[in-house]
Amino acid sequence: MTAPLNGVAQGHPVGSTEDDIEAVPLRRPWRWISAFIVLILLAWFVVTIATNPNLDFKTIGEFLFDPRILSGVGLTLFITVVSMVVSTLLAIVIAAMRLSSNPVLSSVSWFYVWAFRGTPQLVQIVLWGYLGLLFDKLRLGIPFTGIEFWSIDTNTLITPLIAGLLALTLNQAAYSSEIVRAGMVSVDEGQREAAYSLGMSPVYTFRRVLLPQAMRVIIPPMGNELISMLKNTSLLSVIAVLELYTQASIISSSNLKQVELLIVVSAWYLFMTSLLSIPQYYLERRFGRGTTRNLPPTPFQRLKAAVNNRKPGPEPAPATTVTQVVGE
Amino acid sequence: MTEPQQNNPAVIDPTVIDPNALVQIRRVRKSFGAHQVLRDISLSVPAGTVTVLLGPSGSGKSTLLRCVNHLETIDGGRIIVDGDLIGYRQAGNKNHEMTPKQIAKQRANIGMVFQKFNLFPHMTALENIMEAPVGVAKRSKSESKQRAKDLLARVGLADFAGHYPAQLSGGQQQRVAIARALAMDPKLMLFDEPTSALDPELVGDVLDVMRELANEGMTMIVVTHEIGFARGVADQVVFMDGGVVVEAGPPSEVLDNPQRQRTRNFLDSVK
Repeated sequence: MTAPLNGVAQGHPVGSTEDDIEAVPLRRPWRWISAFIVLILLAWFVVTIATNPNLDFKTIGEFLFDPRILSGVGLTLFITVVSMVVSTLLAIVIAAMRLSSNPVLSSVSWFYVWAFRGTPQLVQIVLWGYLGLLFDKLRLGIPFTGIEFWSIDTNTLITPLIAGLLALTLNQAAYSSEIVRAGMVSVDEGQREAAYSLGMSPVYTFRRVLLPQAMRVIIPPMGNELISMLKNTSLLSVIAVLELYTQASIISSSNLKQVELLIVVSAWYLFMTSLLSIPQYYLERRFGRGTTRNLPPTPFQRLKAAVNNRKPGPEPAPATTVTQVVGE
Repeated sequence: MTEPQQNNPAVIDPTVIDPNALVQIRRVRKSFGAHQVLRDISLSVPAGTVTVLLGPSGSGKSTLLRCVNHLETIDGGRIIVDGDLIGYRQAGNKNHEMTPKQIAKQRANIGMVFQKFNLFPHMTALENIMEAPVGVAKRSKSESKQRAKDLLARVGLADFAGHYPAQLSGGQQQRVAIARALAMDPKLMLFDEPTSALDPELVGDVLDVMRELANEGMTMIVVTHEIGFARGVADQVVFMDGGVVVEAGPPSEVLDNPQRQRTRNFLDSVK
């Protein structure tokens, strides 16, 4: 027996057969034309900005890292973080009240959301700034009894910063509570029953079973709210809180470089909102466990994979289905 | 109704409840609004036996099962499991509602398996099984993990410990759910149509696990439409319709020689 055991290996290259399609690709002229038009418009826009004699690029560079701007950035971040954290905790309470079977708690919660969502945030901010006109002193005591432990002049306690924090926090809590409520409602009732049937208490069930599943629904819109909050801090300029936008306005009112400072401010807001999107991505991954069969790789893992794939490996060995004894 | 209601040996007499039975359901009534789902149901399930509840949908069998671990409250009568009155504490001649914590403690002794599995989707199979032993029964993590692995092996899923429910088939999910319920070492297992949401070819695996459990002496109450399972495994078959027990007894009587027309009609329709 000198003939090969089978002849398949001598045929065509692997994966190719005689009826492979080798068609002329369809021409898509509109792709080229539309791309060209958009590029022209973009170039025109860049050139108009870059060559505009009224725009002083030196000033932009000069003020980008000005100490006053940096302190404004710091305060903006501080206000964002504090308002967001406190408002989220408050939102969980308001959502729990709304979902409770106690009609008083549920109606008060409904009323809170109605009032704070129904009035403009700007109006609320100014209103908190004028709190001193409503109550000249703030007192700590037992209501309706006249017993008083401690009191303070309103304008001493409620500085513009505190008023701003209050306004942003209370307004945000109304919006966030609706997001939290939607998240809680989205969890299947069977989950609660399964947890109860295993002997879990209502609190334990909420903490270990319901909340982690609600988080999956809560996090994407909360990321949105976080970014809105960062930008809404600029509204506090109306009550003279020295955050980023207020600082820029103060500078531009003395050097009259309004547009340049607005560009500085915009660059900082863009930078900060970009940074804030990163934790959201990882939180979504964390709470998305079990919802998809396989989690997509993180950007970092993707980068690693891309580096590893850069060099093509050695050609795979050809398939050997034939045993041939040489020289026989 | 032309048949006589009385003097029928197959109809269980509500007053005759075995006081030693693990589960005693005495004259239980339950309404949803104006609709009465359970009308004076009485039933006893001795320890180590399997009771299958049969009946058309809306007959109240699932509701009765959910009453046994107080997922539904009853309007009248009483349910006693292992000597404990379910959901209420008796002081003097009055019943007091239990606190959620006391109810949770009672439920920990009663395992339940649901039609839609209800596994926790954010936990792996192993974590699903370990959650209650560690978090509720306060057992050690390493011991619970070993126990969870043993249980997974017992339901034939030793290689799936790290899988999330979404990565498992319906039959596999239901077997994990059974293992999860067993992890609390319940005295009683309730099965609420455990195979109704499964593809036909996956039903067998789940029934095998249940059959094995029955052979090991677990007390079980099973709501199902699997007549074959009832015939092979049940010690007692209870046919319910319209919120009443129509007929109850060993499978040889209820399934093979039903006395009542309603039972016969139902059995013909599911064959």
